[in-house]
This record gives sequence, C-alpha cells and structure tokens, in this order.
Amino acid sequence: MVNEILRQKIYFALFRGATIFSVATLLFVLLYILKEGSGVISIKFLTGMWSHADITEGGIFPAIIGTFCLAIGVCIVSIPVGICTAIYLNEYAKDNYFTRIIKLAIRNLAGVPSIVYGIFGLAFFVLFLNMGTSLIAASLTLGCMTLPWIITASEEALKAVPYSFREGSYALGAAKWETIRKIVLPNSLSGMLTGSILGISRAIGETAPIIMVGATFYISYLPTSPFDKFMALPYHLYILATQHSSPYAREYAMGTSLVLIALVFILNSGVFILRYNLRKRKEW
Amino acid sequence: MKENRTLIEFRNFDFWYSEKQVLFDVNMKICPDCITALIGPSGCGKSTLIRCINRMNDLISCTRMKGRLLYKNKDINQKHIGVVELRKNIGMVFQKPNPFPMSIFENVAYGLKVQNIKSRSKIKETVEKSLKKADLWDEVKDNLNLSAFSLSGGQQQRLCIARALAIRPDVILLDEPCSALDPIATAKIEYLLKKLKKETTIIIVTHNMQQAKRISDNTCYLLNGKVIEYSKTDDIFHKPKYALTKKYLNGDFG
Repeated sequence: MVNEILRQKIYFALFRGATIFSVATLLFVLLYILKEGSGVISIKFLTGMWSHADITEGGIFPAIIGTFCLAIGVCIVSIPVGICTAIYLNEYAKDNYFTRIIKLAIRNLAGVPSIVYGIFGLAFFVLFLNMGTSLIAASLTLGCMTLPWIITASEEALKAVPYSFREGSYALGAAKWETIRKIVLPNSLSGMLTGSILGISRAIGETAPIIMVGATFYISYLPTSPFDKFMALPYHLYILATQHSSPYAREYAMGTSLVLIALVFILNSGVFILRYNLRKRKEW
Repeated sequence: MKENRTLIEFRNFDFWYSEKQVLFDVNMKICPDCITALIGPSGCGKSTLIRCINRMNDLISCTRMKGRLLYKNKDINQKHIGVVELRKNIGMVFQKPNPFPMSIFENVAYGLKVQNIKSRSKIKETVEKSLKKADLWDEVKDNLNLSAFSLSGGQQQRLCIARALAIRPDVILLDEPCSALDPIATAKIEYLLKKLKKETTIIIVTHNMQQAKRISDNTCYLLNGKVIEYSKTDDIFHKPKYALTKKYLNGDFG
C-alpha cells in the first residue's frame, strides 16, 4: 500500500517535471530574445527602409511588409482550395480504397520538408511558369506547402460535427449541399479557420523555401506588384545573424526575431478571438 | 390484416449490408392513420426496416436490396422518385434526441426553410402550431430563442417530433424514440403519439414490448430479419399464433 502511494508520487512528479521543463524552456527562449532584442525596437526600426551601409540608420519595414504580403498571398492561395478539398473528401467522396489512398498521401505531404517545396517552387513556378523570383511564386510555393496542413485540419473539423446532425437534416428532406451549408459548415468553420491560420502562421516563419523563390536580403523598394521580389523577416533574420559584418547585426537579428514572434502572436490571437466568438454557440 | 387501406407495402423485400443479409423476404402492409410497432430483439433488423421507408440507408455505402417497397402504390426505390421529396412526406425521429445546434425556434423552422418557405409570418405560425402539437409550446413559448440544448432530454425529443411535424409529413418513423428517456418523459411521448395518429401515420421501433402494447394498433414481430408475426396488437399479445412470438413476449429470450 505504501509502495502504491510512493509510486503514485513518483509518476506525478515525473509528469509535473516534464511540464515544468517544457514551459521553462519556452519561457527562457522568449525572455532571452526579449532581453537581447528589445533594445533595437524603435519607431525607426519598425517603419524605416533598410539601410545596408549602416544598419543603425534604417529599419526592417520592407521585411515586415514583405512577410505581411506573403501571409495574405498564402491565405488567398491555400485557404479556399484547402477547405473545399476537405469538404469534398469528407462529405462527397465515397469512402473507398482510392479516397483512403488520397487522404493518406495528403497526410504524408504534410510531413515533406519545406525545402523540398522550395525546390519544387523554383522549378515549377519560377522557371517553368516563368513567374521569376517573385511574391506570387513564393505565395504559391508556401500555399502548396500549407495545403496539406489546412486540408487535414479542416477534415478534422468536419469530422467533429456529429453524424446525427446530418441525419436529422436529411430526414427533413434537405439535400446534401443544403445540409452541408446550413448544418455542417456553420459548426465546423471555426475549426477550419483555426487550423488554416495556424498553418499559415507556421508558414510565414519558413525561410528555406522562400530563399529559392523570391525573398531577397536587400531591396530598396517595397513590393508593388505580385511579380516583385520582396524582403521577408525570417530570411532577413538569417542573413543578419550569419552573414552581416556590422557589429550591431546580432542585436538587430534579435530585434527582427522579436518582430516575427509578435507577428505570429498577433495572428494566433486573431484565431483565438475568432474561435471564441464562433464557439459561443457550440454546445454539443 | 383486416384493414384494407394500405399506405406502405413491402413486397418480397430483401436487404443487405455489403454481404450480410439483414432482411429476408419481408411482406407487410402498413395502414394509414394508425400506429404500427416493430418489436424484436437487438439486431433483428427493425431499425434497418424502418430506415428503408425514408431511404436513410442511402447514406450508407455498400447496401443492396431486392423486392419492392411501395408508398402510395409507387415504388420508392425507382430512380425517378426524388429521395428529397420522399423524406418531406415521411419524417423521422431518431433514437437519441438530435436537435440542431440552433435556437428552439430555428430547429422547428429548419424544415420549412429547406422547403424555401420565406414568409416570416407563415414560419412563425407553423412553428407555434407544431410545438403545440408536440405538447411543447407551453414549456418553451417564452424561450424560443434559447439553444435547443438547454432543454431536457424528453423536451429535446419532443422538439425533434415538432421539427418533423412542421413539414406536415404523412408518415412519421420513430426509431426507439424513448430508449434514452426516463419513464415520465416516455409517458408524455406515448400520450403525444396516440394523439398524433389521427392525422399522421406512425411507425415506431421499440425495444419495450409494453410500450408497443400500450400505444400501437398493429404490431410486427421480427426475428433475424424475418417477419414472424404481424397482426393487431391485441391479437399478438393475447393469442400469438406462433410459438416464437409467444416465447419472446414471455421474455424467454431477447
């Protein structure tokens, strides 16, 4: 009996230890970046154009705008297609061998390393479709990369709508699309959007694929068309941390990562608010 | 059967889920404006049978059938018969109350909106009438905008009945509607069904033999996918023709 109590305590301590460890690590990363990077954050840093010769003279505004445009581009490319695909696969497609293979393939695609999408984007969008290294090529590349994540998340959201709701709707003489539109979608949209935006906030932190398809370290203008090159926070951060000779480069890299984290945080809190509002009605 | 009017008729009806045959040569005539109860042990095919009538089995892939199922003398499995139209005439209430995650009002109005009825006053009027028919109006009339999930289980089930009644079906199928409810809620639903049979044909699947005895006019006893006995409820409970029926009613198995 004593042994049993002791064992309880050991396991409990083990799990609690693991939790404390992971939370502490994350907190440490955050605080470290905050401490190192907050010094350079200023209005000039956030809104100034990049000054290559003396980095203290400029800011990372073009990189913020670049990443922002990229996020919008990826949303436009992948959210509608991803959600529609999930609806088709989950609601319309017959549950047969072929469908299961496709679902499995999509789950596997979600695990393909991002750099592979980069090389695909370079070969297909940049060279074959002749888009050049550009914002649109990067949006399409990251769009392809996020698509499997969005499809998978949306499918889970659709599956979470109880079958009895659909049954009830069909029994009242509703057709399939009516049932999807009036019963299934209103109850799964929050989940689908949450999954989508989380995927996109992960994608905008990607460096490897966008280097190949359109991000540059230094341009003196803001992107004005989808065929322009652009600066992006993660790539900018990478160059500052590893290639730049200025003595302030390290500090500026930390500042840039702080901005990137803030951007992702803003996106995620947007998701949280959206989810909260859509969930208020959800009661099963 | 002495009743000579027929609303629904099974003729040599067989049914399979993939390779497993669940209904064998069902021949049965269901008459209008009465309550028909389907009884039998679990897995005997009662639910499958009832789900054939409004073609809910269409939703499951790999089903197969043979024979004919007539509703108003038309084979409902013919291609040209719209399943949507059929389900508007043959409503259904399920085992577990399944209100939609909407307000009480919206739940009852759903079927009307599906039928493209736009007039607000018409919808309002029908919702009120349906809730009254389902004996729920007095309990919810001040809270129509509350979520349907705020109701008790019995109330939810009556809401589902009101929802089915709103589109004025000829037939209502009930698949063990009381199995998740307590005796008081059950009694209310039984009372309600007896009242409703004057205008709507009711077919009810039940586990509860006493329930069949209390409310139904005709009773059908199914075993292993075969109709063993089908006759007036009084006859089947007091002088069953077959030994198997008698054994089941005595509680010897099931």
